[in-house]
Amino acid sequence: MSAALPGELTCRELVELVTDFLEGQLPLADRTRFELHICYCGGCRAYLQQMRALVAAAGKLTEESVPPKAKAELLQAFRHWKRREEA
Amino acid sequence: MLRRPCLAPLEDEVRPRGSGAPAAGWAASAQQAEEALLKALRRGDEAAFLTLVERFHQPMIRMAQMYVSSAAAAEEVAQEAWLGVLEGLNRFEGRSSLKAWIFSILANCAKTRGVRDQRSVPFSALGPEDDEASVEPERFLDQGHPRWPGHWSEPPQAWGEQRLLTQETVVQIARLMEDLPPMQRAVMTMRDVEDLGAEETCRILAISEANQRVLLHRARSKVRKAMERYMRDSEAKP
Repeated sequence: MSAALPGELTCRELVELVTDFLEGQLPLADRTRFELHICYCGGCRAYLQQMRALVAAAGKLTEESVPPKAKAELLQAFRHWKRREEA
Repeated sequence: MLRRPCLAPLEDEVRPRGSGAPAAGWAASAQQAEEALLKALRRGDEAAFLTLVERFHQPMIRMAQMYVSSAAAAEEVAQEAWLGVLEGLNRFEGRSSLKAWIFSILANCAKTRGVRDQRSVPFSALGPEDDEASVEPERFLDQGHPRWPGHWSEPPQAWGEQRLLTQETVVQIARLMEDLPPMQRAVMTMRDVEDLGAEETCRILAISEANQRVLLHRARSKVRKAMERYMRDSEAKP
């Protein structure tokens, strides 16, 4: 029968290190413990996958378009700037 | 109504390009595209300017909202920032990305305005109020468990990438981000939505690297937690 080894990361600890891991900011020893844990723990692999998927999905957020009035005003400012630059 | 411009910060205050490790992974083609865009802007190309406005105006307003008290003030701040962008355009040397430069001008304008409006800048949002665990403690076996203390009692399930990228789910993520404390939202927006590097984000928001990482961790963890609930509930639906 297997059990967690002493000194190994628990899942509970791992979830608090996920961002440091993804940022490449874990000290080497911790990174090794992190990667070892990920090798045998399906739950933490899924957790890490969720985090990566979340970041990817957040990158797909798009903005509503700019209201025509604001756009017209900004374009006005741009034309004004251009005239001044040319002068 | 257009306001007077904010001055552009010195470019050195934004990230010098090519300093930092992987965050500086500027694809040559992206850099070329940016140079072309800059050239068009300086020529006075209106289409190029409108492209820039479409891309950044709404994010700028949302970012400004973190510093000022009303939606109207946030819009004015964004407009001021655009004037600052125009003002600095010919001096911009491309040592940081155009995007980082624009956001740093916006942040400067917003801070100035926030001070004028006596609204305290929400840097205290990093406070200790918020040290909740990234995952509910009951999801783990307790410390007294004979074999697997602190391991999952109820492990998470991987998410289908396809499902996560549907319009509906992405909208849900946006909604959840709205509920984050201001600085957490700001950091997650800069990093994950705008795809700015850690160093750029620190400079724009005037926070330390360590704070930036803590804020990012809390933000992502909270949104993940809420998304897990959302994914499960919507799967349970017929």
